Amino acid sequence: MRYLPLSETDRGEMLARIGVKHVDELFADVPKSLLLDGPVDLPRRKGELEVERILSRMSSKNVSASSVPFFVGAGAYKHHVPATVDHLIQRSEFLTSYTPYQPEIAQGTLQYLFEFQTQVAALTGMDVANASMYDGSTGTGEAVLMAHRVTKRRKAVLSGGLHPHYVDVVKTLSDMASDDVTVLPPDVMADEDILAQIDDSVSCVVVQSPDVFGNVRDLKAIADKAHQHGALLIAVFTEVVSLGLLESPGAMGADIVVGEGQSIGNALNFGGPYVGLFATQSKYVRQMPGRLCGETVDADGTRGFVLTLSTREQHIRRDKATSNICTNSGLCCLAFTIHMTLLGEAGLARLARINHANAVKLADALGAVKGVEVLNKTFFNEFTIKLSKNAAEVVEQLAAKGVLAGVPVSRLLPGANLDNLLLVASTEVNTDDDRAALAAALKEVL
Amino acid sequence: MLNRQGRPTAAGEAGTNAHPTFTGNKALAQVEPLIFEVGRYDVTGVDLDEPEDFKPRLGGLERKEAIGLPGLSEPETMRHYVRLSQMNYGIDTGLFPLGSCTMKHNARLNERVARLPGFSDVHPLQPVSTVQGALELMSELGRYLVTLTNMTTVALSPKAGAHGELCGMMAIKAAIEAKGEGATRNVVLVPDSAHGTNPATAALIGFKVRPVPAREDGWVHVEDVKKLLGPDVAAIMLTNPNTCGLFENQVAEIAKAIHDAGAYFYCDGANFNAIVGKARPGDLGVDAMHINLHKTFSTPHGGGGPGSGPVVLSARLAPFAPVPFVTVDKDGFRLVEQEEDADEKPFGRMTAFHGQMGMYVRALSYMLSHGSDGMRQASEDAVLNANYIRAGLSDLMTLPFGDKPCMHEVLFDDAWLKDTGVTTLDVAKAMIDEGYHPMTMYFPLVVHGAMLIEPTESESKTSLDLFIATLRDLAMAAKNGDTARFTGAPYHAPRRRLDETRAARNPVLKWTPPAPLAEAAE
Repeated sequence: MRYLPLSETDRGEMLARIGVKHVDELFADVPKSLLLDGPVDLPRRKGELEVERILSRMSSKNVSASSVPFFVGAGAYKHHVPATVDHLIQRSEFLTSYTPYQPEIAQGTLQYLFEFQTQVAALTGMDVANASMYDGSTGTGEAVLMAHRVTKRRKAVLSGGLHPHYVDVVKTLSDMASDDVTVLPPDVMADEDILAQIDDSVSCVVVQSPDVFGNVRDLKAIADKAHQHGALLIAVFTEVVSLGLLESPGAMGADIVVGEGQSIGNALNFGGPYVGLFATQSKYVRQMPGRLCGETVDADGTRGFVLTLSTREQHIRRDKATSNICTNSGLCCLAFTIHMTLLGEAGLARLARINHANAVKLADALGAVKGVEVLNKTFFNEFTIKLSKNAAEVVEQLAAKGVLAGVPVSRLLPGANLDNLLLVASTEVNTDDDRAALAAALKEVL
Repeated sequence: MLNRQGRPTAAGEAGTNAHPTFTGNKALAQVEPLIFEVGRYDVTGVDLDEPEDFKPRLGGLERKEAIGLPGLSEPETMRHYVRLSQMNYGIDTGLFPLGSCTMKHNARLNERVARLPGFSDVHPLQPVSTVQGALELMSELGRYLVTLTNMTTVALSPKAGAHGELCGMMAIKAAIEAKGEGATRNVVLVPDSAHGTNPATAALIGFKVRPVPAREDGWVHVEDVKKLLGPDVAAIMLTNPNTCGLFENQVAEIAKAIHDAGAYFYCDGANFNAIVGKARPGDLGVDAMHINLHKTFSTPHGGGGPGSGPVVLSARLAPFAPVPFVTVDKDGFRLVEQEEDADEKPFGRMTAFHGQMGMYVRALSYMLSHGSDGMRQASEDAVLNANYIRAGLSDLMTLPFGDKPCMHEVLFDDAWLKDTGVTTLDVAKAMIDEGYHPMTMYFPLVVHGAMLIEPTESESKTSLDLFIATLRDLAMAAKNGDTARFTGAPYHAPRRRLDETRAARNPVLKWTPPAPLAEAAE
């Protein structure tokens, strides 16, 4: 087997050195009746060529985003990732290293984590960011738990604009932990009265902007009301590129900002791995989940970086830890920080303007199609349209025509009577031809 | 045989000020500033055309102030991150015997296939008809995991090991509540030797943790478990093989006692690499076990993630598996994404979308490459390698539970360092100077000054021989009073020993612009 260096001679010599005759003597503690006497019932080893052939065949059964006019979003977005990013994250020293528990030989990882934290804090308008969570949805679950620790209350209020998968993740965690959750009904037009939900029993209000229907939300009044009642505002985003153009959640008064960072540096990957961004104010840092990287000096006084404040974490605090998280999204946050470094302030702002401009063009083009109504007053690079027919069926028909049109709202909210609504996203990858193809295909089926 | 080249005998000789350079660089070892110190706000490494004028629809919520993100051109970016990478130690650099972390070879075939456009460039919410191959891959990975463990089903979506633990414990909680025992069964037994994630996970969803005390032989004893069992116990969280490097030799009896008491057996599968193809957790009475694809099935650790933690479940827990999951019928593969669409009683959802697809592809590529015979061989080699290290060091270093066979990792304590003035930490830092990544240190907590060495099956005999000789040399040096070699180490790493106390006392968690001179003078 090409990955296993020991030869039969090696194995024999090693067994002799250990003082046993057969390797199974080393498995003596396994109950004899349960020790398998041969390989399990799965295929035998294969060469590289054959494995690649099998997996290529599976891959080719899928329609990739780059191969068609593509408008699917709802929490994961197709963006162009510079070639440099994928090259750099495959360097052995990044790819095959571990969590930097031995900082003297992990300064590469630690320095990029420090830079990543600085970038995320700046983007979100917050004091401090951690070294990443698994993704935006699990990060949102952790943010709610953190708010409960800070406020010593156990009730979260979730906006009807929060991504339904995020709602489900928070609800699952809260139900299991016996915490209260109030979930507002789906809020397509961003006109819910979330302020009415805030009182002295509430730990946190969770609001997404741009929300799952694409609406850009002003968080200031919600932050003010939350703070009057001793509650925290958790601001969520699923499209981090929007922060290049929009007021930061921090500037609008958020206490915790959490979101999905996939759009920068990371491929769609059918849903993962992605990278959760998590930021808060300095005063709450000791209640934060996840790893934190901090600056220090070495024995010679040279600047260096280490993981720090680990007394919050499970390997030290065990059942008193702020979270059970251990592994984070190291390589995905490396991809994020490299792409962000390439963009810089000027590139990110321009990328965000292109996304917004393309979405505006798309909204205008689709709004002119009979049977399509654009519902949003505001949006960034994604919006909701109302069709004259069932959206899931229309999406299937368009897929058959080679256009991936978007996400039917019914896929995320099956029982909500929103069957004619479609979420449509447009990023920098869409051309005028793509938009024309979508409009023409819609015209044909509606 | 020993590589003693350049080995310092005292701290001063290897100090950074010997032959200082103007730049601070030391040939290939370059000093690399932060991007915030070299980037510029008007530089970008991505060429994009400014869009034509249009009327924004942001509701007046445009950003009013600058963000504070410097940019670098593409060549500067390349150089920055290449230099950073050169300060890191990876599996491809050398032996990485980090116990409990299974730092095995990461095949590049797996990287290549994970980047096939049908896997990397598909969206989780595309029509199911356009991702049949992706669902086939998930289904196939699930079949492999279920077969290797002899369990009933698998929940693929958990994002990492600890997330998998959470998933498994949620399934147990849901099963207990379905039986109407939610109010009474609220205690989870956790051995003192367990990973910190176990008690943290149990506490996260409201369980009380009742520790199972450590024994002098490194095993959990069934009579200790029986004493702690009662109608209030929901589950035991047992790591097997355990963190002391031993296979729990009473696991079958423990499983029976747990089941007889109406509780569930959660197995922490972090150490599955020792027994893949040799023994199946389902045969041992396990009800739920997470599998770290980033350990056992070689998806890259990536400097601390992303991981992937699928959870295999017994028939008793299978009905509670979370959404989403893949099913297959005459029309092809389907994705059940909503609780109400399931025939069973899913307890909820762990994450947005369907989990770590990129890791699934890599793990399946590993499994296809090894095959059932290769995976069995890999486990045997992993165990053989660990025992070879044990045999090579047991006369100089101390084994807390006696000189008996271990699984895929061998645990030493620090009794052999008594009166030397050298600690486990010092040994670890001296290993860095010798070109090795240190072993896991001070874990498990049940052993004083623990050193947990896991070589994995990826090491050759030649590599192990040099490693053993190196540790023997270090052990002799410690015993012979050459303390400076340890207490001042590392001397040759990109940094000398770092001050972690200072970092925690006054946390500096991001770069801030230096104060202007006038301000600084105040």
